[in-house]
Amino acid sequence: MTISVSMTVNGKTVSGDVEGRTLLVQFLREQLHLTGTHVGCDTSQCGACVVHVDGQSVKSCTILAAQANGTEVVTIEGLADGATLHPMQEAFREHHGLQCGFCTPGMLATGYDIVRRLPDADEARIRRELSGNICRCTGYHNIVKAIKAGAEKMSAA
Amino acid sequence: MTPFAYSRAATPSEATGLGRDGASFIAGGTNLLDLMKLEIITPDRLVDISRLDLAAISETPEGGLRIGAMVRNSDLAADRKVCDSYPVLAEALLAGASAQLRNKATTGGNLLQRTRCYYFYDTAMPCNKRAPGSGCQAIGGATRLHAIFGASVHCIATHPSDMAVALRALDAEVEVEAPEGAIRRLPLSQFYVLPGDTPHIETVLAPGDLITAVILPPPQGGRQTYRKVRDRASYAFALVSVAGVVALKEGRIAHASLAFGGVAPQPWRNETVESMLHDRQPSAGLFAQAADALLADARPQKDNAFKISLLRRTLIAVLNELTDADQ
Amino acid sequence: MTSHIKMDERVERDRLAEMVQAVIGKPLDRPEGALKVSGAAPYAMDRLPANACHGVLVRATVSNGTLRDMDVDAVQALPGIRAIIADDRLLRNPAQGMAGEAPIQGPKDIAYFGQPIALVVAETFEQARHGAQALKLRFEADGTAIVAPDDPKADIETPEDEQDSTGDLDAAMQTARHTVDAHYTTPGHVSAAMEPHASIAEWNGDRLTLYGSYQMLRFNRAELADALGIEEKQVRILAPYVGGGFGSKLGIGPEAVAAALAAKALGVPVAVAMSRQQVFESVMRRSETDQHIRLAADEQGRLIGIGHEALVSNLPGEEFSEPVTQATPFLYQGDHRVIGHRIARVHRTCAGSVRAPGEAVGLTALEIALDELAAASGIDPVKLRLINIPQKDPSQDIPFSSHMLAEALEEGAKRFDWDRRRSEPGAVRDGEWLIGMGMASAARVNMLIESKARVTLNANGTGTVETDMTDIGTGTYTVLSQIAGEMLGLPMDSVETLLGDTAYPPASGSGGSFGAASNGTAVLLACEEIRQQLCERLDCDMQGLTLKDGHAIVGNRRIALPEILDGSRLVGEGHVEPGKAEETVRQATYGSYFAEVAVNAITGETRLRRMLGVFAAGRILNPKTARSQCLGGMTFGIGMALTEELIHDPRDGHIVNRDFAEYHLPVNADVPQIDVVLLDERDAWANPLQAKGIGELGICGAAASIVNAIYNATGIRIRDLPATLDKIIDGLQSRTD
Repeated sequence: MTISVSMTVNGKTVSGDVEGRTLLVQFLREQLHLTGTHVGCDTSQCGACVVHVDGQSVKSCTILAAQANGTEVVTIEGLADGATLHPMQEAFREHHGLQCGFCTPGMLATGYDIVRRLPDADEARIRRELSGNICRCTGYHNIVKAIKAGAEKMSAA
Repeated sequence: MTPFAYSRAATPSEATGLGRDGASFIAGGTNLLDLMKLEIITPDRLVDISRLDLAAISETPEGGLRIGAMVRNSDLAADRKVCDSYPVLAEALLAGASAQLRNKATTGGNLLQRTRCYYFYDTAMPCNKRAPGSGCQAIGGATRLHAIFGASVHCIATHPSDMAVALRALDAEVEVEAPEGAIRRLPLSQFYVLPGDTPHIETVLAPGDLITAVILPPPQGGRQTYRKVRDRASYAFALVSVAGVVALKEGRIAHASLAFGGVAPQPWRNETVESMLHDRQPSAGLFAQAADALLADARPQKDNAFKISLLRRTLIAVLNELTDADQ
Repeated sequence: MTSHIKMDERVERDRLAEMVQAVIGKPLDRPEGALKVSGAAPYAMDRLPANACHGVLVRATVSNGTLRDMDVDAVQALPGIRAIIADDRLLRNPAQGMAGEAPIQGPKDIAYFGQPIALVVAETFEQARHGAQALKLRFEADGTAIVAPDDPKADIETPEDEQDSTGDLDAAMQTARHTVDAHYTTPGHVSAAMEPHASIAEWNGDRLTLYGSYQMLRFNRAELADALGIEEKQVRILAPYVGGGFGSKLGIGPEAVAAALAAKALGVPVAVAMSRQQVFESVMRRSETDQHIRLAADEQGRLIGIGHEALVSNLPGEEFSEPVTQATPFLYQGDHRVIGHRIARVHRTCAGSVRAPGEAVGLTALEIALDELAAASGIDPVKLRLINIPQKDPSQDIPFSSHMLAEALEEGAKRFDWDRRRSEPGAVRDGEWLIGMGMASAARVNMLIESKARVTLNANGTGTVETDMTDIGTGTYTVLSQIAGEMLGLPMDSVETLLGDTAYPPASGSGGSFGAASNGTAVLLACEEIRQQLCERLDCDMQGLTLKDGHAIVGNRRIALPEILDGSRLVGEGHVEPGKAEETVRQATYGSYFAEVAVNAITGETRLRRMLGVFAAGRILNPKTARSQCLGGMTFGIGMALTEELIHDPRDGHIVNRDFAEYHLPVNADVPQIDVVLLDERDAWANPLQAKGIGELGICGAAASIVNAIYNATGIRIRDLPATLDKIIDGLQSRTD
């Protein structure tokens, strides 16, 4: 069964035909070529595929493209302002909140979401909030540092 | 995933109509889609109920709380009334899954989570829950996570929900709309069924039945806590968990309700234990007796006898915490 | 022109120290960081061509036996299905690291549960996944398969060249004042790189291009060509960005060969990404180990004997076996020694390299045993290690190339406030929590692997480094750019490093912690070649040439590089090979760990409170990337100590916990404040950079510091990892009830 879907992705209206069983992450990666959203487990556990749907961070391997019909989606590609990195991206780059980089887009999407919801979150809270994002390299320590630095930059901006 | 038809329901009655005959409802989908990817569940039709107008939390005329089935776990955990009057529920919600899953998972869907039994999750394995009559490969296998209460020779899986354990301690009821519109309310104690020789039947819901709300009675007062013991600091299913609501009156236990997670095919509760505590003064001896009574029924598997001492110690710690006059 | 060096002896000159650009050793940011934070770094599956088909692997569901039949017709009738590939060239399991040839092939003979046996190819991923799940298979199972190494019927090999005995350990154990004699076990582990194994294969005539996720491209190219029965020169592999490896992507894997076969058969590009469950089931696991350790010490705690005998496992026919005792011969003194190594042949997922094969688990057990000796003798654990550091490698009577274990122990003890530790267990309590401190030594052998690189000084005065080396998150892009920048006097933004393409000169690859030092040396040599050519143009000698900020300074002349190059470019190649230095001296890296844990007195849950690692690994090329490597290794150690364990079904050996919900990697909340201190060291025996490997050092023994802290907190000695609460709670019961 083919379903026509239409949604706003990174500010642009997009549409396409998908099978009912097409996951949002596949729609983003294969039809929209937004390959910054990664598949690390396909079991909603690792967090590499986190995007924002209607302002909420969700795992895009755990939502059908059809379910996302009519929503507003923001992916890692939509975080920067043109060529200028988002303060959270800048913080991850500077504080080595990344190594292999595969978990990074999901970490960033979650980090951004944490700061938006809990601008004053302390280190322990950030660590708990990040429990759905796994890094194996493992830069947890620097990721937390980056999110704290990103929070400061975001409040200053 | 097997191919399926997808439709969005605009109203509960439309949903219940579409929800029969090999169909499955999808709300948050946080468990369902993972099961579909592995073809553990293969619905012909997915009925998307996530946009039904069932996402409100409101007070009931009796002073309790009506939680719409589509209220997301994150919103429920953050609700002021829940945090103030039913903190055990907020704690349990926040102890489960991860932020992104709580953002999608719904109240109704959480109740219907499937077990995390390794053998249920592998379609190459016999499993009476997944493929009725094929056998239980968990028995005699890796059983560290499995049930010590309520299991049968056909199934030893546990129920994974944290939220449902808190709801069980809070005497919640489930509101269900059937096809043709009949609405009924079931106490959570009657919602789940034990595996017996039909482990594939987990609840009393019939095809098309739609959970529309969970209803909490007026707050009991007293102290509440949810204690979850797990293998890592966050993001792991409970090895054991205890939801406790205890009210003291003049140094005696006026009310105690206790529910247990990670130990049974459904959120576990034992009224005998609660009545032992009723109208008694808190003491180490009393709590040890209560733990003995609870664990008298325990039937561990090869790898999970530790759950007996773990549950005993956790229960006593929770009772101490909830009755400690210094706190 | 190629500049070549074979490491036969010490390098007398520290060339990097003679340079003046001052980028080496600086904590510089990754040049590819901006790409990674933008989601623009292309990993294997990000290169999907528009006309590509998707393939999904099908697994065996018996542990041992024969594939008799599959119901191909029913699946071929499903929508979108293009092919079912069950070619005899499919791989049984990935190649072992640096094999350079195909591993065992053929999908008919089943050696383990989860073995890939076919590929279902379809137009979309979901069609292929459904087809793979729908494919009905008929196996003839061999019901007698041995699936556990402790099965008394298991076939145990005792390779003669891996047993060693000096003196009389049995006698030493009889007469020693203090002894430890115990078995320690570690379960299987997985690398669990975040990027699942994936390949996209595309043929152009008889030439194959593979976008893959691999660590050692020159070997992988040879392995892939061998598996397919074609010439190496027909194969090009690209892996410029790799989402983690940790050993799991050392050798070519089943998905690459399957993608290549399917793409050839269909005449379109085919992408095969493993699911996470498939990565668990069919990519290398670290073998479980059973380690019998014996320590004999005199009154003062000086070791007179060490025995370390290991039992590991692997599939029949695999050459690799976990080198558990690798560091034991040289870490501590003691005249009476026994080294033992046995391999059980079992029908479990193939065992191979997982971050720091050998020391990761071997040193962990040895360092728990040392803690037992400290407790038995009443000697402080730090002091016990200090007094047992040998002056020479006691197993071969050769000197150490450089050795800073003592400094690492002392520095760590000071920084961690080790003197505040209460030596009697169970003495410190914080509410429900029992608090304890523990420590351990770190050690890892250092290796050099043949490697080549090409450096071009472009006409505009910028530099380009080209090598088929990979950056698996380690920081290769950064450190190679730094080396070239330092040697050619170029700021970092004037150097571009191009990696991960077999069209470039063949490198060591990433593995065994040898990548940066081996391939970095090749880059240094290539730059020396360019410096030589510049000298010829400037008519000066090497001594007289200074390069800085894109200029050459000779005598009182300062000339911009483009001016010297005058529209041309200079190309240099570097080539390094290991030599006699490997036998002349013992080369290793050292360090120390200190950990503080809290153990819940009610539930037995252990939570790490703080952790420190102090490491010496020769010259640190970039403290930022080096530190990240150490943090990562230590976090692996946290997982090994507390949560990580592959669980096998006792009957058929299949891995039951094959996803991230049930295989417990540490999550962020498990990882507290971790500090890393890097000691200043040079090792002139290692290579001209005087740098040693650091990618694995941080895991070697890390778990022991945590397990030893649990003992200090509770008095409960964990010898079977991980230290989950079920192993602690009974001990607590007897202590606190």
